[in-house]
Amino acid sequence: MTIMKNALGNTPGVLLASGLTLNDHRNAIMERTAKTGFYNGHETLEFKDKDPIGYERIFSKVRAGLVNSREVAKKIAASPIVEQEGELCFTLYNPAGDCVATSTGIIIHVGTMGAAIKYMIQNDWESNPGIADGDMFTNNDCQVGNVHPCDIATIVPIFYDGLLRGWVGGMTHVIDTGAVGPGSMSNGQIQRFGDGIQISCRKTGINDTPLRDYLHESQRNIRTTKYWILDEKTRIAGCHMIRKMLTEVIEEEGVEAVEKFMYEVIEDGRRGLVKRIKAMCVPGTVKTVAFVDVPYSHPDVHVPSTFAKMDSIMHAPCEITVKANGTWRLDFEGCSRWGWHTYNTNPTAFTSGIWVMMTQSLVPTERINDGPRYATEFRCPAGTWTNPKDRRTAHADAWHFLVSSWSSLWRGISRTYFARGYLEEVNAGNSNPCNWLQGGGVNQDGEVHAVNSFETAACGTRACAMKDGLNHAAAIWNPEGDMGDIEIWELAEPLLYMGRRIKTNTGGYGKYRGGLGYETLRMVWNSADWTMFFMGNGYMNSDWGLMGGYPSATGYRFEAHNTGLKERIAEGKSLPLGQDRDPSLCEYEKHLGPDAIVKRDKQCITTEDMFDNGDLYLNYLRGGPGFGDPLDREIADIQEDLNQNFLMEEFAVKIYGAVFTKDEEGVYTMDAAKTRARQAEIRKERIGRGVPVREWMETERAKIIDKDASLAVQQMFASSFYLSAKFLAEFKEFWDLPADWELPEEELGTPMYGARHNIDIGDLPDVHPVIMVEE
Amino acid sequence: MSTYTKKQVSDLVKGTLDWDTVHLMLSMPKDEARYKLYMEVLQENVSYDDKILLAVGPHLNIVESSKDQEIIIKCDCGHEFGHYSKNWKLNALIYVRDNVEKMKEVYPELMAPDTNWQVYREYYCPSCGIMHDVEAPTPWYPVMHDIQPDLKTFFEWLDMPAPAKI
Ligand SMILES: [Zn+2]
Repeated sequence: MTIMKNALGNTPGVLLASGLTLNDHRNAIMERTAKTGFYNGHETLEFKDKDPIGYERIFSKVRAGLVNSREVAKKIAASPIVEQEGELCFTLYNPAGDCVATSTGIIIHVGTMGAAIKYMIQNDWESNPGIADGDMFTNNDCQVGNVHPCDIATIVPIFYDGLLRGWVGGMTHVIDTGAVGPGSMSNGQIQRFGDGIQISCRKTGINDTPLRDYLHESQRNIRTTKYWILDEKTRIAGCHMIRKMLTEVIEEEGVEAVEKFMYEVIEDGRRGLVKRIKAMCVPGTVKTVAFVDVPYSHPDVHVPSTFAKMDSIMHAPCEITVKANGTWRLDFEGCSRWGWHTYNTNPTAFTSGIWVMMTQSLVPTERINDGPRYATEFRCPAGTWTNPKDRRTAHADAWHFLVSSWSSLWRGISRTYFARGYLEEVNAGNSNPCNWLQGGGVNQDGEVHAVNSFETAACGTRACAMKDGLNHAAAIWNPEGDMGDIEIWELAEPLLYMGRRIKTNTGGYGKYRGGLGYETLRMVWNSADWTMFFMGNGYMNSDWGLMGGYPSATGYRFEAHNTGLKERIAEGKSLPLGQDRDPSLCEYEKHLGPDAIVKRDKQCITTEDMFDNGDLYLNYLRGGPGFGDPLDREIADIQEDLNQNFLMEEFAVKIYGAVFTKDEEGVYTMDAAKTRARQAEIRKERIGRGVPVREWMETERAKIIDKDASLAVQQMFASSFYLSAKFLAEFKEFWDLPADWELPEEELGTPMYGARHNIDIGDLPDVHPVIMVEE
Repeated sequence: MSTYTKKQVSDLVKGTLDWDTVHLMLSMPKDEARYKLYMEVLQENVSYDDKILLAVGPHLNIVESSKDQEIIIKCDCGHEFGHYSKNWKLNALIYVRDNVEKMKEVYPELMAPDTNWQVYREYYCPSCGIMHDVEAPTPWYPVMHDIQPDLKTFFEWLDMPAPAKI
């Protein structure tokens, strides 16, 4: 064999003891995995079986090192997103780019940083730009598997005795990426070209030193440079601590043991999932679906191109198959097309995020690695929003679609937990955590600034099959969910808190209700040239509820300009301080000046709009969905809901059939006997108003034949029908439609720019995309 | 492996189980005896004799009919929704909240979906009026067939004899 050096002087095939290139090494692992069904062909866990204590000792050291490094590195950051909300994680990979172990935190990046390493391997970074001890690579490219551009990954190769032994990746969610809209998960832009800085696995450091050209260029392209640099230091420090840790573990345990561990542990993780599926789920199929709104025809949505100016709906059907061998398949056939907005995703982000969630029931251990991925088949059809295969797509707020679609997976898999008695694991549907308060301008310190309030990390959670959801508590994608301290947010944002209160009536009703959300009323103060926008669900709700429980409340928007609050403060008049308890009563408006301009409606996505000092913005953080028929709710719990201001009287009566008295102090006392009697009547009323499903289907069928539905609904179906003949056939069969019935998008008159011609990243010269799902 | 008593599983179903035990259930490996205890508890909560095989909802089970051993879906009140391989919802009553007025019955103004985008579909038992499910799809959406269990494999996993007519 002749070893050739390339023009840069890098010699391929010298990084590993085997003499294989990284790409050949990875391909050999994939082949052994495909052939045997065991990761890297590990039919037995040789090391674990022979020396279980040694194996566990390495695991403990690695895991402790990862968690510890994260905790230390976190303190370097100044961004409240990182420092308060813990939006960072560190992960160790084997030389093939498969995850060995990860820290706590926002662990979706187990997959996304792994995808970046695999991209470097597959595209021969080994030759050019070269991979050497002391190098650093940076990635945030959504075409390389990242979730959205604001998640910046620093990746450091780990060498020992001159050979590559692994990789460490560190990720932080930065506050701004210089997109058209300020804030990390912004909108306004509709293409990648406007979605913020994009760094594609670039070598950004040599000899443990960040390169000056990268530091200058990156800061020139974003708004919040101070946070950017401190986040950079956070990631580098964490990665270097972990590199040192692994070197020490190799010295203590021997290089051979550590190398064996770094592959076997992944097969161990794969087996862990199989075992858990067999222990908790029911084999068979579960069908589920989720939606969320993209209301872009509204005048408060300003986009640069006419073809984005339309209402559309994200459609995410999923068929979950739990197989006899304990593996599972998630098939997203029928999803709607990607779009001209920032809510697109790619298969790596989509599937990695599913792992983040499943750590909360199917993989509830500290042993999160790439193993479970090898026990899972994902199918993300090309051209859908889950797998656009178009390099023009924007991703800044991929979460809008991701968290909405995942809510249905929770409902689906929970049906199998419930069926066999694991009620404690049931999740009535993940809460779609929003609103995302974002914006920017010149802040109270006179600096160019951008904000993304992570108060969303503490929404109401879903009901379980044996208890209520938690109020203003968590977001399922961030295991550390926390609303953050008011005092810290006021330092980070030129927005004073006029109030932060529980949001009455936001938890979905049920035998067990969803957790309640909360609301914070913010007044712009001490800023100059300030803008903000809204980002959340409004016309639709992705969080359905389960087995008779209701969906949580949907969102609405409140903002006020020209409020006269400065004058009212000077004059000592009343101020809007408390709850917006019943939005139809317009309570805040009673405390504003006569010329106030108020927007109070369902338009929960807007683009950058100007806010003056004294203007108001209501940040309403959503509640979670409910479980079970509300008429089964314990009487004492209804009483508690009323007395805690969790539930409005009107809906206690209508939904729960509550009969109660209220004393002068406003304390409610339920009348149990009368309530049960009223509930019996409600059941009868249901029978009275309900129609047999087959009869109702006739009327609904007539509407379909008449094409009687809003344009957004029809466009959603048309885009799914075009991408999936199977979905169309099933639809026609279910509704017994005539053979010639069709709904081509062309007949709707909605913009179809981008609908028929894709521009894939794989069409670029010398680019080999990493594909890890069935398409 | 953790183990729990039938009383504890019964309390879990009632929603009264103490948090320490719930926490154990969440954090320890799953107890293999759960299925058996859960079925015993569910069986005691219904007045019919048909053997419960799986739960589909708090008041809805897959049962082996004592009449003819067919496997069907049955409400706690005794109402039968048909063969377990078919969608029980097609034999239920439905009420669709598809306008502002109907939505106002469940959420305050501005806190319910816009029915041009999304409707609520409530599925009731025709005999007892219990609400077995609420769907929140777009108009036109086919009725969801939520779960189709593979009972044969399930009983193999449990290492238990399967019912005759699966
Ligand atoms: Zn019934």
